[in-house]
Formats: sequence, C-alpha cells, structure tokens
Amino acid sequence: MDKLTKRDGKVTRNNAGLINMYRTMLTIRRFDERASQEVRNGAVPGLVHPYIGQEAIATGVCSNLIEGDRIVSNHRGHGHLIAKGADTRRMMAEVFGKKTGYCKGKGGSMHIADFGIGILGANGIVGAGLPIATGAALAARLDGKGKIAVVFFGDGACQEGEFQESMNLASIWKLPLLFACENNMYGVNTSYTYAIAGGDLVKRASAYDMPTASVDGNDVIAVREAARIAIEHVRAGGGPYFVEFKTFRWSGHFVPEAIPDTRPKEEIEAWKKKCPIVRFMRRLLEDGIVTRPELQKIEDQVMGIIDEAVVYARESPLPAPEDALDDVYSA
Amino acid sequence: MKKIAYARAAAEAVQEEFRRDNKLVYLATDLQPDLRQEFGEERVRVTPISESAFVGTAIGLAGSGYRAIADLRMATFGFVAMDQMVNQAAKITYMFGGQARFPMLIRMSFGAGMHWAAQHSISPYSMYMNVPGLKIILPTTAYDVKGLLKSALRDNNPVISFENTLLGQVAGDVPEEDYTVPFGRADVKRVGTDVTVVALSRMLHEALAASVALEARGISAEVVDPRTLVPLDRESIRRSVKKTGRLVVVDEACRTCSAAAEVISLVVEDEETYARLKSAPQRVCGLDVPIPYSPPMEQYAIPDRGKILEAVLSLFPRVVK
Repeated sequence: MDKLTKRDGKVTRNNAGLINMYRTMLTIRRFDERASQEVRNGAVPGLVHPYIGQEAIATGVCSNLIEGDRIVSNHRGHGHLIAKGADTRRMMAEVFGKKTGYCKGKGGSMHIADFGIGILGANGIVGAGLPIATGAALAARLDGKGKIAVVFFGDGACQEGEFQESMNLASIWKLPLLFACENNMYGVNTSYTYAIAGGDLVKRASAYDMPTASVDGNDVIAVREAARIAIEHVRAGGGPYFVEFKTFRWSGHFVPEAIPDTRPKEEIEAWKKKCPIVRFMRRLLEDGIVTRPELQKIEDQVMGIIDEAVVYARESPLPAPEDALDDVYSA
Repeated sequence: MKKIAYARAAAEAVQEEFRRDNKLVYLATDLQPDLRQEFGEERVRVTPISESAFVGTAIGLAGSGYRAIADLRMATFGFVAMDQMVNQAAKITYMFGGQARFPMLIRMSFGAGMHWAAQHSISPYSMYMNVPGLKIILPTTAYDVKGLLKSALRDNNPVISFENTLLGQVAGDVPEEDYTVPFGRADVKRVGTDVTVVALSRMLHEALAASVALEARGISAEVVDPRTLVPLDRESIRRSVKKTGRLVVVDEACRTCSAAAEVISLVVEDEETYARLKSAPQRVCGLDVPIPYSPPMEQYAIPDRGKILEAVLSLFPRVVK
C-alpha cells in the first residue's frame, strides 16, 4: 500500500475527482446489490448480470472520457452506464420493465442505452458490441473533433470472430477506439486459462499491431492511469489501444442463479478480499483524502440515490400491452 | 428519359445520394472506383473480408449520426454477418425504446441461373422477412432500383436491398431528373383481367414473357410486382385478386416459408378477397433443394416462363394447352 500511495502521489491532488470515483464505484455496487435483491424478491421480471467486483474498471476508464466520447457496453453493463453518467432511476425502471425506463420497458437490464450521453447501448450477444464500437470510432474520426469510442467486453468475447475482425479493422484504419477488456477470469463457468490458447490476451492483441497494457482491474488508480495513457494515444490519432483489466465477478453469471456457480469457492473468497471498493476506501483514508464521517456521508447519499431509484421504478406504470407495437421502425 | 442498365441505375442512385448527403459512407470488400474518385477514401472505404465487422461498423456509424451502405456483394456472405443484421440492426431501435435511429442500407446480390452452385445462388429474403425491424426491397427494373435505393438512403431504418445478379445488365427507362419510388407500393407491370400473377424480382420478367404466351391463348394476366417485401403492399395485391379471381405467385426462392407463401396467406385470410377466388392460389417457386451446379439440374430447380405458363393454364382447364 505504501508503494502505491507514493506512486500515485500526483493524482491525489485532485481530491474531488477521487471522491467522485469512489462515489461512482459505490453507486454501481449498491445498484447491482439492490437490483439482484429485487430480482430475488420477484419485483424484476427478467434477470441481471451484476457488475459487483468489477466497479473499478468502468469507473477508472470513464473518468478519462469527455463529452462527445461514446461507449459500447455489454450484458454486464450497469457499471459502464453509471460510470458514463446514466440516470439510475431510469435504469432501475427499465430493469423493472416499466414505461419510464430508458427503453420504455422494451429492453430490460441487458439493453439499456442513453444516446444523449454517448452510451450506444448494452448488448446481450457476447462480442457483438465490438463491430458497433468500431463504427462509433469511425464516426468520431469522420467528425474530426478529437472524440473517441470505448468498447467494454470480457475475456469471453475474445474468442468470438467479431473480436478478431474488429481489432483488425480498427487497426488497419487507425480508428480512435479503446478496447477495454475486462478479464474476469471466467466465461460463465469456463476458465480463461482453458478457453484462451496461450492464455495471454495481451500477446494476442499485440498481433493486431496496436499498443497494449495489462493492469490490476481492482485498483481504480491503476485503471485510471492505464486508461489515461491509452486514451491520450487514441485521442491523438495514434489508432486503437488494447488494455486488459484483470478482475473477478463475485456473483454467478446472472441473478437469479439459474446456472450453478461451479467456480472454486476459495478463488471467489480470495477475490472478495481484493474488493476494489474497500481497497480504494483504505487508500483514500490513508492518504488523508477523506475522513470516516465523510465516507459515511457518501454511503448515505448513495443509499438515498438507490432507494430513490427503486421507489421510482416501483411506482412507475407498466407499459400498456399494445405499446409492444411501437418503435419497431423509426419515422 | 434515358435507357440504362439496372446496375448503372443503382450506381447512379448511390452517387446522387452521396452528393446530397455528406454523412453517407460506403463500406465494401471491393473498391468502388468512381465513387472513391469523387468522394474520397474516408467516405468510400474498402473493408477486409470481415462481414460482421463492417455490417456492425455500419450500425455504429448509424447510431453516431452517419448513414452507411454495407455492400455485402452476395447474399450468401450475409450469413456470416447474421448476428449483426438480425440481433443488432433489426432490434436495436426497438430494444432501446426508439431513442435512436439506425439508418443504413445493406446491399446483397442474389439468385440462381449462373451455375454458381448452392452457396452462391441462394435467394434468402424470406428469412429476413421473419425479422421485424428490417425493411426489404426487391427492385426489378432500372427505374425501380434507382428509385427504391434513393428511398432506402432517405429512410431512417435498416434496409436490405436484394438485387438479382441476372438483372444487372437489363436496361430500362430512367428519368433524367431526381425521383424516388416509395416503399410499400406494388406496381402493376401489366394490366389484365383473368389471373393475377405476383412475381418477385427476376421472375417478374419471366412472368411478363409468360403473359404474352397466355394472351395468345385468350388469357389476360395481370402481373403485379410488390417491389418491397417489407413493407408489403397487401391492398394492391388483394385488389388485383379481387378483380381477377385467380392468383399465381412466382418466386425463385425455395417454396417452404417463402415470400410466395406470405402473399397467398394475405389473400386467403382476407374474407372479401377469399370470397372472390375462382380457384385455389398456386405457387411457382424454387424447389426445396440447394441450387445444384450443373445446368439441367439448376434449370429444373428454379421457375421459368414455361413453368409459369403451365401453372396458369392449370387454372383454366377448358383452355387448349
């Protein structure tokens, strides 16, 4: 911890930014805890893929983004949406299948989008967001205003053809695209050490002739710094960049737990000890950036936001059955 | 009016829309030299052979304020990009509650008759008709291809254009001035009174040829070209059948779950039209086999004017064959 504090000496000057990151991570955690609980309570018609354990990645990456940058998310997308600034009330309402949700109840947890703030949507098909993000990056390039695109995907997506196609295309066209790979070690219950030939995603990414990095995805400062370097490169026109963030998903693949979680219990417990939020909280305390009472205040604020989101979702009306006929086509 | 080939008319539509709309981008595995020369390499792009990636790129462009043409060249290559078309392009507007538009055009050539064997001769439009969210156009003439492509490039949805390879060099009259052909409006290509022949794509030309032979036997065929499959002009088809009382649908795609089956359904499920039928509707379709390579087998597997003639004559038992 000492070493990390020293290395990060310069970033601690931006205390407000750090506290905001902490608040974002906590909001993601509490949102997904509550969404999971509401699934178990029967208030949610479908399922959710919790982002719990991976909060540092969305938070650290998105802290480097500016207005006009676009992201493409995936099935485990709540964290990316919150970190990019989505409204938790409309998110929760969507998870509840309500008319006031981001997608008027047509998408649910896996398909939340907010085009107004550059969220081109979560996506239920592993790897399918990569080509779409490639298009968003091409749009940014054609716009010529220095904006970029970021695509979040997991280790599982790296075995899809669309990963190879998009990495290659973005590289030959030198597109402003950050490939943010969240290696949470398992595709459902299949270990990446089994699924990935050679076991090294960075080596694979290097073959597409783009710079790469691999960092501890549970250390938000390391995530932010790696993303900063990558995004500077991408924004300056240097072409795409691949960053692997090593992390771990605490829950089973989705909630309700219809698929038994067969990952080793000891491994899950060991990763819980590396909780990104607890780690960051300790550092904020040790570096004197926050006090315990201030942390409690943030916790209370976040809980208030989540409570408000749930109340909003619960009290919102369901869509009318015939609303199913709207939005198939755009006018 | 000027007389130009179908392929030339299609190219003109793209070129003119590129001039009109500076957000238009072309993505294809083959270079489009004329387009590239006029509009540059940023907007007219050559892609690697990565169909999923460039169809997905077109979606990402569409969701970011652009409009892309993803030219898959042959319909058979579309299967490689099926997830992007079916799960992404078609559903994305809906799943996101209509908050964003995805204007894009996917071009595919298709059809049998060139001895290219099963993979390169497929006519798969009915598969896409089963996917809400896509619009599907099926231009049959130089006039229609230019007008429909222009409408497609001004539409705010994903549109797939199925362009029959054998129609590429067929010439037709095209106006000098700008025009569009609206979606969902069938065109009666030949007026008649005794039987309605709804013919898709290249089969329209076969049906028109058959109608000449029918006329010689005293049968007046009305030949209807739906022009777009989604939306489909149900009213015009029903109106024609109500007038003639007989229906033959001609489609070179395989018979099972075909667009032809849909046309018959929309006729027979409408009480008023059904009541006017003088005989059971017939289908003249491709056989339910992959298209074979060798010419005698290939010709056997797909419809032609002779098979259309035979099917129509079967509805008129007292007419001498």
